[in-house]
Amino acid sequence: MNFDSTIAAISTPLGTGGIAIVRMSGDKSIEIADKLFRGKKSLLDVKSHTIHYGNIVSLDGAVIDEVMVSVMRAPNTYTKEDVVEINCHGSVYGARRVLEELIKSGASLAEGGEFTKRAFLNGRIDLTKVEAVIDIINSKTSSAHTLGVNQLGGVLSHKINEIRENLLSLTSHLQALLDFPEEGLEPFGEDEYYDILKNTEKNISQLIETSDKGRIIRDGIETVICGKPNVGKSSLLNLLSGTDRAIVTEIEGTTRDSIEEYVYMDDVALKVIDTAGIRETGDTVEKIGVEKSKKLIEGASLVIFILDALTPPDENDILIGDLVSDKKTIVLINKSEKDINPDTKKFSEKFENVIEFSVKEEKGVRELGDKIKELFELGELESDNTEAIINMRHKEALFKAQKAVMGAIETLDMGMSPDMTFIDVENAISHLGEITGLTVSEEIVDGIFHKFCVGK
Amino acid sequence: MEIYDAGSYDVAVVGGGHAGCEAAFASARLGSSTIMFAINLDTVANLPCNPCIGGTAKGHLVREIDALGGEMGKVADATFIQSRVLNKGKGPAVYSLRVQSDRRAYQQEMKHRLEKCENLDIKQAEITHIEFNEDNSVKSVITNIGARYSVKAVIIATGTFLKGKVIVGDVAYSSGPDGVFPADSLSDCLKEKGLPLMRFKTGTPARINANTVDFSKMEVQTGDEEITPFSFETEKLGENKVNCYLTYTNAETHKIILDNLHRSPLYSGKIEGIGPRYCPSIEDKVVRFKDKERHQIFVEPMGLTTDEMYIQGFSTSLPEDVQIKMIHSLPGLENAKMMRTAYAIEYDCVDATALKATLEFKDYPGLYGAGQFNGTSGYEEAAAQGLVAGINAARKISGKSDFTLDRSQCYIGTLIDDITVKGTNEPYRMMTSRSEYRLLLRQDNADLRLTPLGYEIGLISEERYNRFLEKKRLIEEEIDRVEHTNIGPSEETNNLLSSLGSTPLKTGVKLSELIKRPELDYEVLCPIDKNRPELDKYIKEQVHIQIKYDGYIKKQIEQVEKFKKLEDKLIPEGIDYQSIKGLRLEARQKLDKIRPVSIGQASRISGVSPADIGVLLISIQ
Repeated sequence: MNFDSTIAAISTPLGTGGIAIVRMSGDKSIEIADKLFRGKKSLLDVKSHTIHYGNIVSLDGAVIDEVMVSVMRAPNTYTKEDVVEINCHGSVYGARRVLEELIKSGASLAEGGEFTKRAFLNGRIDLTKVEAVIDIINSKTSSAHTLGVNQLGGVLSHKINEIRENLLSLTSHLQALLDFPEEGLEPFGEDEYYDILKNTEKNISQLIETSDKGRIIRDGIETVICGKPNVGKSSLLNLLSGTDRAIVTEIEGTTRDSIEEYVYMDDVALKVIDTAGIRETGDTVEKIGVEKSKKLIEGASLVIFILDALTPPDENDILIGDLVSDKKTIVLINKSEKDINPDTKKFSEKFENVIEFSVKEEKGVRELGDKIKELFELGELESDNTEAIINMRHKEALFKAQKAVMGAIETLDMGMSPDMTFIDVENAISHLGEITGLTVSEEIVDGIFHKFCVGK
Repeated sequence: MEIYDAGSYDVAVVGGGHAGCEAAFASARLGSSTIMFAINLDTVANLPCNPCIGGTAKGHLVREIDALGGEMGKVADATFIQSRVLNKGKGPAVYSLRVQSDRRAYQQEMKHRLEKCENLDIKQAEITHIEFNEDNSVKSVITNIGARYSVKAVIIATGTFLKGKVIVGDVAYSSGPDGVFPADSLSDCLKEKGLPLMRFKTGTPARINANTVDFSKMEVQTGDEEITPFSFETEKLGENKVNCYLTYTNAETHKIILDNLHRSPLYSGKIEGIGPRYCPSIEDKVVRFKDKERHQIFVEPMGLTTDEMYIQGFSTSLPEDVQIKMIHSLPGLENAKMMRTAYAIEYDCVDATALKATLEFKDYPGLYGAGQFNGTSGYEEAAAQGLVAGINAARKISGKSDFTLDRSQCYIGTLIDDITVKGTNEPYRMMTSRSEYRLLLRQDNADLRLTPLGYEIGLISEERYNRFLEKKRLIEEEIDRVEHTNIGPSEETNNLLSSLGSTPLKTGVKLSELIKRPELDYEVLCPIDKNRPELDKYIKEQVHIQIKYDGYIKKQIEQVEKFKKLEDKLIPEGIDYQSIKGLRLEARQKLDKIRPVSIGQASRISGVSPADIGVLLISIQ
């Protein structure tokens, strides 16, 4: 609960196309937006209730999206605070990236109903709406909480806990020594402490980089589409990229023959690798050779393997079948608007995820989307962007924790004694704990008594 | 028993321990006629456990008590026999002053000061009843021999006396600490009235005769060469007069303990009170930390007029015969004669969430609680609460506003907030790790933080306050001077920097920037600081700390500002939590029980979620 903070959120439902608006409210909204905005004028100098064209760039200067930014100064705004609205170019991906940069630059992710809550607390909305606001807060936070716990799941939550436990045990040790200096406790290895902080920073940054869902939202799922010549690879790509709700962008890769293309299915972005090969020749394996194919498939997170419903599997199919055996693979039996060849059917049974597909009749597209979500444990991506909140919230916590750990490292670099790092380390623990809802100081005290033998 | 009318006072203090003494002084000095009762006047301000005052976080408390006009620091300065600053090698936030006290001298000094205090009577008697008016406000107290005193306020500071039960092995008997009578009646009266009582446990190790100890087998621990006083008023200081000694347990000690564990009342379930985790018995330590080959044992003198020694780290409730064997297994104590047996003590105390931050009971106007009665542990923790309760009782009687301290101001505020808002389920001890603002709440600046408050209340004299203002002015001027002093890259400067292992200058910098370098400090830069005024040690220390840790201090001030915003959002007193739609059941119950005064407080109650706080904020709008 913090009235000082400047809050931000995507205020239009995701995945519906058109324009996505990222809204920000609070003292620092104009300042934060200005840090990331490149336009004719600095947003700090513009008049209230005006709109400006420009780009949003990341902190390292890369352009994220072309935008229109509205600046509305307090008090004549919805929340009676300074409000900035960034109109992004409609892509879910772009809006999320913009939101992410705002958070990196100091905004906090708004909680469900928080804009309305602020409007109320600042005297903007009358009492008749109070109950509605309370309901919003309750429903949003409780569902967000459940989702947070359930969906965080597996590896990510395990890792966050591990990092947090590590920091906690360090802090407890440091604190035990400070609170009980005469107990003959094991001394605190300053070098070891430094190394652990460094490692923690690295781990957090890796988590941010590679956390599966985080990466999916930011970068898309690295996908390879493969199959024998003329099986329908490029038509599939065209079908996926040609749907209303998908947006295709082309990004030049580092080398000529590796071009990436983004395809959006509902909320999920697929980063299709080496579409050049597919588009130019319609034939991956033949053109680029087995070795290269192997490499591409190895590097992919998802393989879409297309079989021909009409012809029996050939040596290409068998070869690809071997290559993808240990990958997340979805087999599409294309042209299944006609009868499926029994040999093809039999061959496909070796695979777990098989969809009878038809590019021509656009059959199986929904199943494909659902299958991808299932494989990547993305759950239901609801239009009210709960999923985005969960992910962004975790990420926000990770960013803040990372910043705090960096602060602690800096303190040690300056030659200060380790106890001076407590502000930052406790902040880091508390940011990581936001994900699981744990408090810091109690745990440190518990840690002291649990792990160290102290007393009179 | 015939009850007679013994007169009337503004304030009655029940108990003459550290909480009771501070409460009595504060109340009397603020103009309330005060009477303090102790079951035995020879044990006023007794140190029934460690003969020492201060230590980590506790030293902070003593200094804060002093800055607010309390007595503990002055008495400790007058009667110490060894003084040390702990954590000297660490950051300034955790320096902690600790002294060994002459136990008798401390008691006598404190008692004598009480006797001399205007407006204050001290009386040997046990209070057995507190009587209330119809509106639940306090009316009178009655002693065990039938004297009734009419009062406007009562401060309960009963320590471990309420239904005190001493336990040694399988022996248990009714007793207060140190062989003094217990107070067996008062808790029944309180319970009947509806006060939420709990049962806690603590303990103390054995004492031995120094003449039977071989100190050559132990490590000597001496006091600091340069002695720091607790009180900002103390000018003349004594010197170190004694040494402490260090020995260790060994495999034999541990074997004796483990072989006799079945005879421990803690393990047989005979003790029901909840003991503190930070004060485990030696059997607890041996059982819980099996891998630890030895535990430290300090042997500390109890005073100058006695050869009794306190065995710190050897708290136990094992039977006496086992205790003797354990002691004899320690190097240097092979032939030690035990003078007092270690014991555990159980006692009644109150759930402090029934109290306001003034330490007045929410439901019983004029009734206050302080010290171990409130579920804390430690002399310093007790004294701090006594002071706050005494101040508030007197202020209420004279129609003045509540005096409360918050977490960002001092450890005292943190302690009171912790026990009254979060509650405690073991005897609560102050630790630096309990304060989120410990870089601001240092022991060195306790007077800067709190003297103005002490003056405002009326416990700090005009004269001391003026001296304080002068000191403050000098600190501010010197910081300002240092921040505006340019140091050029002269040969002299660079020679000095090189000799101190610091990078020479290429261009001019501010002196304050140099002080911030880790390898430098205010003191060592003196030769190149040509216009430095003569300043006393204390002022120089402040200048150094405030400049050196400037960045961190600013970070904490930011945190405090955020904290204050929520503390300032007050919850109306009569709020009906049951009628607020949208609060979760658990939150509703907790809020109803604790009745926090601000949103900040509410947010620290366990079981109250951020969503509940959101709902609450909206409802109080």
